[in-house]
Amino acid sequence: MNYKMILYTVGQVLIIEAMLLILPMAVCAVYLEWFSLLCFAVSAAIAASIGGALVLFMKKRDRRIYAKEGLIIVSLCWIAVSLIGALPFVLSGDIPSYTDALFETVSGFTTTGATILRDIESLGRGVLFWRSFTHWIGGMGVLVFVMAILSRSPDRSMNILRAEMPGPIVDKLVPRARDTAKILYIIYIGLTALLIIFLLLGGMPLYDSVIHAFGTAGTGGFSINNDSIAGYNHYIQWVIAVFMLLFGVNFNLYYLILIRKYKTAFKSGELRFYLALFVISAALVLYGIYPLYENFSDALRLAVFQTSSIMTTTGYTTADFTLWNAPIAKAVLILLMFIGSCAGSTAGGFKVSRVIILLKKLGNEFRRSLHPRTASIVKFEDKRVDEATLGGVGNYLAVYTVSFIVIVLLLSFERAFSFEANFTAAASCFNNIGPLYDNIAGGGTFANYSVFSKMVLSLSMLLGRLEIYPLLLTLNPGVWIKK
Amino acid sequence: MNIVVVGCGKIGRKILSSLSEEKHNLVAMDNDGKVVEEVVGIYDVMGVCGNATDYIKLGEAGVKNADLFIAVTNFDEINMLSCFAAKKMGAKHTVARIRDTENNNGESLNFIKTQIDLSLAINPEYMTATAIYNVLKTPSATSVEMFSRHRFEMLGLILREDSPLDGVSLIELRKKVKEKFLVCAVSRDDKFYIPQGNFRLKSGDRIGVIASGRDTQKILKALGVINKPIRNVIITGGGKTSYYLAKLLTESRISVKIIEQDRKRCEEFLEELPEVTVIHGNGIDQEILQEEGISGSDAFVALTGKDEENILISFYAISQNVHKVVSKVNGEELYSIAEKLGLDSIVSPKKIVADAMVQYARALENSEGSTVETLYRIMNGDAEALEFNILQDFEYVDVPLKDVKFRKDTLLAGIVRGTETIIPSGDDVIRSGDKVIVVAAGEKVYDLADIIEERV
Repeated sequence: MNYKMILYTVGQVLIIEAMLLILPMAVCAVYLEWFSLLCFAVSAAIAASIGGALVLFMKKRDRRIYAKEGLIIVSLCWIAVSLIGALPFVLSGDIPSYTDALFETVSGFTTTGATILRDIESLGRGVLFWRSFTHWIGGMGVLVFVMAILSRSPDRSMNILRAEMPGPIVDKLVPRARDTAKILYIIYIGLTALLIIFLLLGGMPLYDSVIHAFGTAGTGGFSINNDSIAGYNHYIQWVIAVFMLLFGVNFNLYYLILIRKYKTAFKSGELRFYLALFVISAALVLYGIYPLYENFSDALRLAVFQTSSIMTTTGYTTADFTLWNAPIAKAVLILLMFIGSCAGSTAGGFKVSRVIILLKKLGNEFRRSLHPRTASIVKFEDKRVDEATLGGVGNYLAVYTVSFIVIVLLLSFERAFSFEANFTAAASCFNNIGPLYDNIAGGGTFANYSVFSKMVLSLSMLLGRLEIYPLLLTLNPGVWIKK
Repeated sequence: MNIVVVGCGKIGRKILSSLSEEKHNLVAMDNDGKVVEEVVGIYDVMGVCGNATDYIKLGEAGVKNADLFIAVTNFDEINMLSCFAAKKMGAKHTVARIRDTENNNGESLNFIKTQIDLSLAINPEYMTATAIYNVLKTPSATSVEMFSRHRFEMLGLILREDSPLDGVSLIELRKKVKEKFLVCAVSRDDKFYIPQGNFRLKSGDRIGVIASGRDTQKILKALGVINKPIRNVIITGGGKTSYYLAKLLTESRISVKIIEQDRKRCEEFLEELPEVTVIHGNGIDQEILQEEGISGSDAFVALTGKDEENILISFYAISQNVHKVVSKVNGEELYSIAEKLGLDSIVSPKKIVADAMVQYARALENSEGSTVETLYRIMNGDAEALEFNILQDFEYVDVPLKDVKFRKDTLLAGIVRGTETIIPSGDDVIRSGDKVIVVAAGEKVYDLADIIEERV
């Protein structure tokens, strides 16, 4: 294995994180939070020196990265970035415990949005900016970002893209990996800017707009208010609901629209399934909660917002749906947690494309029991899905289920919470959604969980974001021990 | 540039790997999905799986905006047809591999080239045969690279244990030899050097010597290298390369003996080339080789379809005291292993073709003062030897060379002016219309101005 190249890439990522830490410093300067600024500067210096050392000492001629290295690079980079990213919280004293800070940072980078803070509003503006900015970076991917700005990507860099981008099939938009990464980020930045403008038009202050745009774009869900989005006007709630849905769409489709291939973009089976699923779910939720509100426009707004938020794994809330006396609405929302959004978006979950492929495979199996000799293939987006991918999707379902069961079991040692709370906590973190669906009114905070549970949940957030395999491979000692 | 490569076989892949180092937007196309997936995993290219003659699939590969379209599938007909389609769809330049002997005699090739508006037809077998032929013409060199049609030659030499050049510095060497030449590249222990005047040669070095084509024989003599012309050659393997090589050799009155296993193929050979002696038998059978007098022959060329066979039988030929042994080795790993084990002259068809494609792509690149005419990658790819055409806009026309500072890892090795060849010194100048030969390591050179740092 190419250890040097792995550590070299981790070094590069840390240097870039150091540069990203300059942004919150600027925010601190604007709001005159000098102590926080110092904390960010120290964190940046630490990131830069570790990264610089790795880059200097690990320079190597052999730049080849195979699939295995790609997976390990991705998981190590995410761990390293989270470990360093937690420093500002601890140094500034906003989150004194390092495990808590790590939980918060992992939750940020994995675009989960789960928090251990009890009172978000008491934090400084610079620190809150960093907290939300991690969403934005993590949404499209740390290494995709690195690839977009570095002048030369290593050989076989597709292996990194594949390991970091969610979904069963990862394709390049244009011939070169670096240009693909650039295009993705341009679309991402464009959509985020558009959202900020829409929010400003709705009368949201600039700082709030930027924070919530980060949270929405990354489908993360960190807010700066204890009651999430509920305090903003109806226009803003609608804007955020629509944009959450937009960020859950496969970004390749935006590229197709940009190059004017509208037909191909709108013919996408994944997009149609995603929208249909959304409409049906929202309708069911609306049916469930209409009797509770008896006001169609309120019920519609709440139903659409909650459905969009959970389906795209964002986790913003405008109402505490756990208190709704509407089993159908609750059931739909909890089931949506596991499906998630499109592959190639910033959202988490099992991914719509996998669901489609599995359903088609299931259909084939049924047909086979009717006509045992029937020949069958699975087609997705007008292309045949090869056996390896089909098997991969099936295996992923198995690994996904097993991981989830293990997480639930580990959380069940927690006596302070009900089984329902632990189950939704696991689902919420593993699928990168966010709030704890036990006390949404109280901010959905995880503060009351034990250190052990917090570590388990941090790990499950990473597992969910990186789609299990990279982390599983890295934690497997057989990979590291030379035989 | 946007480049589409159709056919991801041995040659297609080598082209992809060479071109992807040059920062082009590459699309690879093949009708085998597995192959496409593999290629996309290795090189930074986009993959399209489909038939290379299909309008829709070609559109998917972005042929409409392609600057260069290269078709290197196994079938001449598909290559021609897909180039034809690509040209009609808007590809600016098209290159097809056309290797059937029927298609390759001048008249029919010209007809096809003009009819389907082909920019270039490449024939790997013919190119390989020419490379081997050049080496056989100068048997003491391990490789011979031609610039401006033989005006300049670059000879690859290996300094043997007992070489008289061991420990000699380049300044001393220049005083010793009357004819003008330049040692422009040295490879020692896997490291590459562009030597200065005080550089001392060591036995075991692989060196590149550039000189006027007229002087090479005299220079080799002066350097203490015996260069006995070759009069008879044994070739094992009767493929297309052997056919072209045999043709070239018989035209320059060298007697050729070919050993081929397939009787039908043997007869075909005789039909086309009656002067050649064709032996029906297994070319790697030592008994047959002995019988046909391998120990008495001047040169032996291993051209079977298998790299491993070629390498092994070449060693056998060396053990039988054949002066010059040339082996065809396609696989990159085997190439360097064979070189380390001590085979001097190895030719790799896919490398030759890939070099030609890189050269072609670089010549298409918009450059201001010069265009690439010839390009070879030398010393295992550590450096490039390039020939530039100097255009009128070249910035440093008529500036004495001592007044310009060259990039550290480059060397201006020769100037061709009309029929005159110049090994440049500080007082020489470059004029428009000249052809200039450059050796460069490190950063790629697209324009002659790239090797000049500043005017002093």
